[in-house]
Amino acid sequence: MYKKIMVPVDLAHVDKLARALDTAAEMAKLYNAPVTYVGVTSSAPGPLGHNPDEYAEKLSGFTASQASTHGIQTDGKTVVSHDPAVDLDDALIDAAKDTGCDLIVMATHIPNVADHFWPSNGGRLATHTNASVFLVRG
Amino acid sequence: MSDNSGPGIPAPEGPATPIETEYEVGQDNISMSVGPFGLDIHNPVFAISGLTIVAFVFITLAFQESAGAAFGDLRNWLTGTFDWFFLSAANIFVLLCLFLIFSPYGKVRIGGKDATPDYSYSGWFAMLFAAGMGIGLMFYGVSEPISHYSSSVAEDAGTPDSWAPLGGAAGNTAEATDLGMAATIFHWGLHPWAIYAIVALALALFAYNKGLPLTMRSVFYPIFGERVWGWTGHIIDTLAVFATLFGLATSLGFGAEQASAGLNHIFGIPVTDVSKVVLIAAITAVALVSVVAGLDAGVKRLSEINMVLAALLLLFVLLVGPTVAIVTGFFHNLYEYARYLPELSNPFGRTDDNFRQGWTSFYWAWWISWSPFVGMFIARVSRGRSVREFITCVLIIPSLVSVFWMTVFGGTAISQLVNDGYQMVVDAPLELKLFAMLEALPLQQITSFIAIVLVIVFFVTSSDSGSLVIDTITAGGKVDAPVSQRIFWATFEGLVAIALLLGGGLAALQAMAVSTGFPFTIVLLLACVAIVKGLRSEPR
Repeated sequence: MYKKIMVPVDLAHVDKLARALDTAAEMAKLYNAPVTYVGVTSSAPGPLGHNPDEYAEKLSGFTASQASTHGIQTDGKTVVSHDPAVDLDDALIDAAKDTGCDLIVMATHIPNVADHFWPSNGGRLATHTNASVFLVRG
Repeated sequence: MSDNSGPGIPAPEGPATPIETEYEVGQDNISMSVGPFGLDIHNPVFAISGLTIVAFVFITLAFQESAGAAFGDLRNWLTGTFDWFFLSAANIFVLLCLFLIFSPYGKVRIGGKDATPDYSYSGWFAMLFAAGMGIGLMFYGVSEPISHYSSSVAEDAGTPDSWAPLGGAAGNTAEATDLGMAATIFHWGLHPWAIYAIVALALALFAYNKGLPLTMRSVFYPIFGERVWGWTGHIIDTLAVFATLFGLATSLGFGAEQASAGLNHIFGIPVTDVSKVVLIAAITAVALVSVVAGLDAGVKRLSEINMVLAALLLLFVLLVGPTVAIVTGFFHNLYEYARYLPELSNPFGRTDDNFRQGWTSFYWAWWISWSPFVGMFIARVSRGRSVREFITCVLIIPSLVSVFWMTVFGGTAISQLVNDGYQMVVDAPLELKLFAMLEALPLQQITSFIAIVLVIVFFVTSSDSGSLVIDTITAGGKVDAPVSQRIFWATFEGLVAIALLLGGGLAALQAMAVSTGFPFTIVLLLACVAIVKGLRSEPR
């Protein structure tokens, strides 16, 4: 039913993604679909690397560990954004189009007051891509 | 750096030589939630700068008279006593920049040898100008050339009481015009842009090539080593936040006064505290929308709109003003600038104390106090440019634009005064001189309105880029901290401006902000050393 799965990951908070990652892996096994993990970073030095190259290296380490843990086919995609705090949605929308995925599995948080003002990432992805979006409560 | 770049990276960024340090960006940060809002702030820079700013505002409001006098005296003492220091330092910055253009270091690329530019020339250039100088050009474009011209042509030019540059040219209209334009261009040309370029280059180099956090302290790594991650660095960063916030808040306060004077002049809207507070609130609100929309959708777009508006206004004055005189004046003024430059920038053995200390030295301190903010913003958007390209675009082209702008606005005003005997450009108060000049041209209702819009939007573009910069510094160099922090700083800046405007003390804190120019001059001189050290180890 699904040919390619995309999973946006925040490498700084992998601990909060456990359920979403497991869900994605189960779906991947069920439909025999490869998973692309997408990380968004900026070109300025950050905690996850001095530059996008180092970030990409961390991400490929992460995708490799997911592949061996779950026995699925994985790859990683690093998206460089000028202003990741704000442009996360747009970066993910572009990534979804680039990867040609038809299912996006992503972790979500418990909605709070701020969600009335800021649209949720998942909602925007569903609006602007052709993929199905599966939001997983952490 | 490894060659094994992961999937998704379009091309390797090429060789660069990162600094090896155990420090991780954001390692001193505290992440927490306040209600629904996430925070990711540097400990202790965020708290110290926030609390010190609040304390300073309270002290200034409580002891207005004495604080105003004390800060004013401090500023005058610094710009008066250390005028030679400010002038010499600024000359060093210009010379270093020119050296870097022509030296082999010019080939070093910010972000690694194969890095490609993040922004197109037009977007990049619009952001440089909107953050760094736009608002000043609006206010001083007419008033400064007129001031220097008037003091130069006056009978008392050359006496100790005169404010004329280089002794002036009493009674000689042509000579006074040249001197007035040259002195103005001197204050808006190579020197201020060299100050910005040095800070920006230092920050960009140490963040994008050396892999250190994008914050002021990183520049000092070659000098202080690992100590920059401790209190030495906390103090440098706090000082940068301090200079930025007070620089912006006081400008915002004065800007509101000037914009409301303009609105009163055109539409007869009465100038009251309420109208000023409404203006500050409106500017802050637009700035908020802009920072929340982000660097590309907010700050960049607004800067581009403003550049187009400014270019239209410039073109209009050029076409309906004395067109031929302006076009030839551009080359003439450029020549006069070059001719007077050695004398104007000479720090020693001069007799024009009022001009040198009251104008030049004050300006240099003011530019330098703004340099952490403008420099850091320029650094953020300059990745992928070579050092040569960077300095040409941050030093040479903006200087030429300043010359052109001053020629169009100042040249037109001087021509109105000298050729048409139009006294309004001299008699109008400082904040209305631009409008007085526009009034003598056709379609003045429309152009004055555009001028007001420009003034306000230039404030917005300074305010939003300033909030981004303060947020990055107080997040320990992280550029992806939660958006709620930007909202906090933009709002805080507006509130400080309102408090100072209503309670008095704007002048006092502006004096304080300018005074931070003195320690920062030392900081910038050290940055020059750091730049050369940093560039030497980069592949060319």
